[in-house]
Amino acid sequence: MKLELNVNGEVRHADVRPAELLLDVLRENFGLTGAKPGCRNGDCGACTVTVDGWPMKSCLMLAVEAAGKAVQTVEGLGGTPEQTAFVEKFAFQCGYCTPGFIMNVHALRRIHPQADEAAVRDWLQSNICRCSGYEEIREAVECVLRSRPPADNEP
Amino acid sequence: MEAIGRSVPKKESFDKVAGSAMYTADRIEPRTLHARLTISPFAHARIAAVDASEARRSPGVRAVLTGDASDVLIGEEIRDRPVIARDRVRYNGEIVAVVVADTEAEAMRAANLIRVRYEPLPVVNDPVEALRPSAPILHEKLAEYQKGEGVVSIPGTNVASIIRVLKGDMDRGWAESETIVENRVSFAPSDHAAMETRSASAEIRPDGHVIIETSTQVPFAVKKFMARYFGIDPGWIVVRTPFVGGGYGGKTAIQLEAVAYLASRAVGGRKVKLVNTREEDMLTSPVRIGLDATVRLGSTRDGKIRAAQIVYRFDGGAYNDKSSDVARAAAADCSGPYGIEHLHCECLTVYTNHTFPAAFRGYGHSELTFAMERAIDALADELKMDPWELRMRNAAVPGDTAPTRDRLTPSNLGDIRTCLNRVRSLAEWDDWQVRQVNEHTVRAKGIACFWKNSSMDTDATSGAILLFNSDGSVNLVTGVVEIGTGTKTVLAQMVAERLRMSVDRVHVKFTVDTLDTPEHWKTVASRGTFLAGRAALKAADDAIRQLKSIAAVVLRADPDDLELAHDKVFVRADPAVQIAVKDICYGYKYPNGNAIGGQIVGRGYYTQRRMNPLNPATGEGTPGPEWNVGAQAVEIEMDTRDCSYRLVKAISVNDAGKVLNPKGALGQVTGAMAMGLSYASREAFYYTDNGTVLNPTLRDFTLLRFGENPEYVVEFIENPCLDAPFGARAMGEHGLIAMPAALASAVSRAAGVRLNRLPLFPETVWRAKNGGIG
Repeated sequence: MKLELNVNGEVRHADVRPAELLLDVLRENFGLTGAKPGCRNGDCGACTVTVDGWPMKSCLMLAVEAAGKAVQTVEGLGGTPEQTAFVEKFAFQCGYCTPGFIMNVHALRRIHPQADEAAVRDWLQSNICRCSGYEEIREAVECVLRSRPPADNEP
Repeated sequence: MEAIGRSVPKKESFDKVAGSAMYTADRIEPRTLHARLTISPFAHARIAAVDASEARRSPGVRAVLTGDASDVLIGEEIRDRPVIARDRVRYNGEIVAVVVADTEAEAMRAANLIRVRYEPLPVVNDPVEALRPSAPILHEKLAEYQKGEGVVSIPGTNVASIIRVLKGDMDRGWAESETIVENRVSFAPSDHAAMETRSASAEIRPDGHVIIETSTQVPFAVKKFMARYFGIDPGWIVVRTPFVGGGYGGKTAIQLEAVAYLASRAVGGRKVKLVNTREEDMLTSPVRIGLDATVRLGSTRDGKIRAAQIVYRFDGGAYNDKSSDVARAAAADCSGPYGIEHLHCECLTVYTNHTFPAAFRGYGHSELTFAMERAIDALADELKMDPWELRMRNAAVPGDTAPTRDRLTPSNLGDIRTCLNRVRSLAEWDDWQVRQVNEHTVRAKGIACFWKNSSMDTDATSGAILLFNSDGSVNLVTGVVEIGTGTKTVLAQMVAERLRMSVDRVHVKFTVDTLDTPEHWKTVASRGTFLAGRAALKAADDAIRQLKSIAAVVLRADPDDLELAHDKVFVRADPAVQIAVKDICYGYKYPNGNAIGGQIVGRGYYTQRRMNPLNPATGEGTPGPEWNVGAQAVEIEMDTRDCSYRLVKAISVNDAGKVLNPKGALGQVTGAMAMGLSYASREAFYYTDNGTVLNPTLRDFTLLRFGENPEYVVEFIENPCLDAPFGARAMGEHGLIAMPAALASAVSRAAGVRLNRLPLFPETVWRAKNGGIG
């Protein structure tokens, strides 16, 4: 079936099976491989993108469900405080889980700019990092939440 | 300007946060065909019939492969494993058929249409069962299999490998012992659970070149073994590995590469890509080894250990792969970091109907450490001695011998006593007894020590190439795979330091391509900074020699009078006489147009000195260059009603030799600590009585998540290894090694019962406390 999606502010077209996951359409049709498959079961969060500003595991959403919504992937960020903080705080090693964490934190900053420790923990538990001990990620999130919330026109 | 000792962010940082860092499965090409697997639902069964007729007719299918696609047996230590099961499956998850189709969805649909008729066979569900005389024999042809050097099997049994380590005189050791304790530990296999599942593609080009792209830690071993297995000259095999999304040892086995190769061969050489699902990554691809071990220690009344008798029964899984080598590494260091004069270790690696193991971070050492440290705690209980004090009294020091009878020196052995002293202070160990916080809550601490040598091929080698750019910057090419440890950044730091230039001007090639990358044995054993570091420094020295040689001509000076720094070559005694590196690194062009020289290419290699393999009958040998050491502690808070507990604090003091990149080193150690704590507190495969796995997903195989981690306290001491670049000792695995033992020590103390099984689920602890078995 023909599908029109709004991804990173661009209108994209794809011819897909109705059963296709958003994750696979992003990767296979649009080459947006920043969204990573880790489990295809909603357990690891490596494929997290934002849909209308909310974090969404793209393996748990059909591509057709994303029609008419604004999908954003890590490729669409372009130098946000999350990305800078993850670099400065050494908040990744192999980097495979990183796009998912960054998209989650990006949404957290927009939705709960004043998030307390419990809220941060609640949000960040949806992603797994197997390399780090989470301490550097915590530092990066703290650093991001101390910075300004994103302006409306920021991607 | 100094590059060593500075927290240089990973060179690939911005690619990784932008989502543009490419991993193996990220290469999306319309021409590629896709493979999917049919795997065994049984742990042990005869394959009576495979009916692929419906699958072959399914839309988009280009080929279906079953066991008869190849009769090649593969395996690094023992060639005992078919690429696709033939006649019989020996573990739940074993590959029975492979479907190649235009799309992954079509391949998967067809894979589900393959009908396999199995006749279940009795299973061997753990290493103790495997050793019973009545146990089913899993490899009747064990005697016929090709084996690597030093692998001693016992045909007619399930013993894939037996190694003995003998030192001193056991009779004397026991005679000198006034207190004897025996302690037994066990844990089941578990998973590496790298976030990137394993994947590989293969293509056979019209000219005969075999191109393999794979998510591996060992591209050069893939090349070597694929050549050996399939009778191809190594020059015709090209292996490429981009970024790898976590390895931890799990990506050291050769498996999907061989499947993809056979699949490509079946479709006329077209490129075929195979990406593990998470379930396949946990069931089909290799796991972490399991162990059942008994340690008997004899000591004087004042706590000097005189004798140790150790029996390891490693769960070697259905096929040997590297399990007997993991076991060999554990045997070589079986005493832990203690000077024990009289030692006897029997190390068995046995076949079971479990997924075969690969290396896992620590390579047998968190396993041996758990066995030894739990026994030392038991001895401390028996002696009524502070467990810290008991460890201090027995810590290995230069002049002692290792179990391999290697002489320990201040260079090849880290400083255990200083690590122990620092841990005592950081853990506030003076107050080590259980502390009641309130009516239902106690706090307890545990302590453990580790050491680890690296087990490598005795001729393991590494190379490096430095290519200058016309702006005077350099490109660094090494065969180290960037698996997340930041090794390639540290190598750039070393090169920058030696060339006295900015690390920003050292460009790093990340993708390993065996066609144009110098060989690096394997990205394992925490040896990247050592082997490739020595090679990179040699390449830098080679480049410096060439730069000075051409500068000597231009500056009309003896090369010995020249210095290199700040992108210039100058006369030491008169720095005003100088020339910029950029003006000579592509040769020098005189004002009249004449030119001399050419692009500077520095090259270097390194092979370890005087290594030799372990003798399986005695344990003698020199399988590695140095013993890296540390001491660790864990503090927990337990609710005594239900035995649930919280990780409060985890402490690690490592002898780093020299810290090359402080934040990088810290991340390696805390990440390893987290993995050790996660493993010890919650990770294990659960097997049914029939040997099938109950929890092959990340939903029911739980990993440590954000906020469940403890506070980390990490300190490095710097007692240099004289052979290592800048004195730096290995760092990648060592934060993990003693964590399970330290956690078990703390949880045992809190629960008031000796716990010797992992993982330490609250329910397990509760059962042990209430009269069951720990």
